[in-house]
Amino acid sequence: MPTVLLLGAGSDMAVAIARKFAAAHYDIQLAARKAAALQPLQQDLQVRYGITATIHDFDATNYSTHAAFFAGLPTQPDITVCAFGYLGDQEQAQRDWQEAATIIHSNYTGAVSILNVVAESYEARRKGMIIGISSVAGERGRQSNYIYGSAKAGFTAYLSGLRNRLFRSGVHVMSVQPGFVNTRMTQHLTLPPLLTAQPELVANAVFKATQRNKNVLYVKWPWKYIMLIIKMIPEGIFKKLKL
Amino acid sequence: MQKRLANWGNYPTITSEENAFTQEQQLREFVVSNRQLIARGNGRCYGDASLGKHSISMLKYDKILSFDEQNGFLETQAGVTLDQILDIIVPKGWFLPVTPGTKFITVGGAVASDVHGKNHHVDGAFSGHITEMDVITGDGETVTCSQERHTDLFWATCGGMGLTGVITRVKFDLKKIETAYIKQKQLKARNLEEVIRLFDEYKHYTYSMAWIDCLQKGDSFGRSILIVGEHATKADLNPKQQEAPLKLPAKPRLTVPFNLPSFILNTFTVKAFNWLYYGKNFKKEINNVVPYEPFFYPLDAILHWNRGYGKAGFVQYQFVLPLEQKAGLVAILQRISEKGWGSFLAVLKVFGHQDSLISFPMEGYTLALDFPVRKGLFEFLDELDEIVLQYGGRLYLSKDARMKQDVFWKSYPNANRFADIVKTYNSGKRFESLQSERLLLTK
Repeated sequence: MPTVLLLGAGSDMAVAIARKFAAAHYDIQLAARKAAALQPLQQDLQVRYGITATIHDFDATNYSTHAAFFAGLPTQPDITVCAFGYLGDQEQAQRDWQEAATIIHSNYTGAVSILNVVAESYEARRKGMIIGISSVAGERGRQSNYIYGSAKAGFTAYLSGLRNRLFRSGVHVMSVQPGFVNTRMTQHLTLPPLLTAQPELVANAVFKATQRNKNVLYVKWPWKYIMLIIKMIPEGIFKKLKL
Repeated sequence: MQKRLANWGNYPTITSEENAFTQEQQLREFVVSNRQLIARGNGRCYGDASLGKHSISMLKYDKILSFDEQNGFLETQAGVTLDQILDIIVPKGWFLPVTPGTKFITVGGAVASDVHGKNHHVDGAFSGHITEMDVITGDGETVTCSQERHTDLFWATCGGMGLTGVITRVKFDLKKIETAYIKQKQLKARNLEEVIRLFDEYKHYTYSMAWIDCLQKGDSFGRSILIVGEHATKADLNPKQQEAPLKLPAKPRLTVPFNLPSFILNTFTVKAFNWLYYGKNFKKEINNVVPYEPFFYPLDAILHWNRGYGKAGFVQYQFVLPLEQKAGLVAILQRISEKGWGSFLAVLKVFGHQDSLISFPMEGYTLALDFPVRKGLFEFLDELDEIVLQYGGRLYLSKDARMKQDVFWKSYPNANRFADIVKTYNSGKRFESLQSERLLLTK
C-alpha cells in the first residue's frame, strides 16, 4: 500500500488531501503539532476508506527533531505533502518581531528543515514525491501581506531548486499555488467567490497533478494569468498601488 | 466573516457572523466567550431555526468516529451529512434507522429537529435510535447524555432546535439491509377517504406516505397516490441487480441553476403538474423494485429545487393532528382548495405513537405543504394555524418561519418544561436563534 505523509495535517486543505488519497487506497500518516487532536481525523479516514492512518507529533519549528521524526515513521512514505503554514497578521508582524518570526519559520525555515531530511532520503532511494503547498502571495510582495508572502516566495524558490536537484534521481517535486481557499485560515476574510477554491477542489487538483507529475500547479486557472499580469506591472507603477 | 444566510426556504435571510471549528477546545472557548449563538448544519431546515447573529458552522466537524459493522452502530461528529453516511454504510449492508426526505442534512440537525421518516409509525423518530450524544452547554462543558444519563438534557436536545447547546458527537444504531433496493407499491386513491382507508390497510408496511393533489374539489377532493415500501431482499432483485445487491449505479444530477421567476408557479402550473403526476400512474396499483435513493430522496435528484420558488422564497407548512381529528385535515385541505393556493408538494403521512418532550411527532396525520411567499400568505397561514389549534395539533419547528408565539405555547404541551430545561443548560442565554426570539423559547 503506498503511503502519504501529511505535514500540518490539521488544516482544512490537509484534511481534504488526506481524504482524497485515502479514497485512492493510500495509507496516511498524519503529522502536526498537537497530534492527539488528529485522532477524530485518523478514525474518520480508517472508517470511511478502510485504510491505515497513523498520527505523529511534528513541530515544524523544532528543527533538531526533524531527522528523528522522519526516521521514526512506521514506514517511509512514498509521497510527502508539506501543508503547514501560518498566515499571521501583517500589521502586527511589522511591529512585533515575534509574529514576523513565527510567520517566517512556519512557512519557510521549518519547511526547508524537514524537506531537506525528506529529500536526502528520497534521493538515496531514488524515488519519492514531494508536494509543497506554497502560495500565490509569494509571487510578488504586496503591502498587505509581504511578510507571509516573502516566506512563501522563499519556499517557492526552494521547491523549484529542489525539483531541479532531484530530477536526476527520479524524485519528483511539485509546487502548489492554491490561490484563495475557503478554510478556517481565511474565514475572517471576504474572498471573491470565482477565485476562491474549496479545500476539496485543491485536493482533487493535487491528486490529479500527482498522477501526471506536474511541476507547478495553479488550482484555479485564472490565477496563473492574474499572477502573470501582477508580475508584469512595472515596479514604478506597482509601488503606487494599494494591493 | 459577515455572511448573508438563509435556510432551504430562502425565507427569512439574516446577516450572520459565521465561525467553523474542528477542535472541541476551540469550540468550547468560542461558546463561553460569545452570545446569540446558534449551531448550523447544512441549512436544510426550512425556516429560521438555525439562523442567528453568530452561527457556528458545524460542516467542518465532519469526522466519522467509529462504525461497528457487526452490531450496526455508528458514531459521528455532528457535522457529518446523512449523504456521507449512506455512502459508507449501505455497501456494508446497513441503513439509517430513520431518514427524512433529504439526505443532505447533518446528524446534529437530525437530532435538533428529531427528524421522522416514512417509517415513523413503525420505528419512531431519530431520537429513539440514539445511544448517546455529547452536547456543549452554555457554560462550555461537554455533557454526555442519553435516555439514561442526563435525561432532561437528552430529551430537550432531541427536537430542541439547538437551544440546549452545540451537539458535537452522536452515536446511534443502524438498520440491517440485504440490498440497496426498495420493493415499492404505489396505490391510486380517488379521494381523501380512500387514501386514509388505504393507510390503515397498508400500515404493516415499514415505509408509507402519500402525495396529495390538494386543488381538487367534490368527489376527487384529496385524490392521492399512496406509496408504501419495504427493503428488498436479494430474492426480490433481478439477476443483474443480484450481482451487486448493495451497490447502486452513479447517476447524473440535475440542478436548478438560478431562482425561477415566481410567476411560473401559479394555480395553473401546479394543477398541470399534479394532473401529470397523478395521471402518470395509469394503473390502480403499481409494484416495482427501485433503488433506495429515488424512494427516500426523490427531490435530492434535483439539486437546489428550492430555487424553483423564486427570489422571495417559500415556507413549508407542516402540521400534525391527532388521529381522531380527521375533520381538521378536511377543514384545512378545504381552505387550501378554496383559496387555490396549492403547492407542488403536499405530503401526507400517518405518525405512530410518540411520547416526547418537545419533538414534533404525535400519533396522527401530518401534512406538509409548500407555499411561495407572497402578499397575504402569512395572514392565510395564521387562519390555518387557528384550525390546527382548534383540533389539538401543532406545527413542525424545523419548517417554521412565521408561527406566532401563542400558537407555539398553546400547541406544545411541554413548552414550559422545555423552556425550564433550556434555562438550566443554556446559562447566560448563549444560544439564541431568530426562531427562539420570535417564539420566546429562551425568555
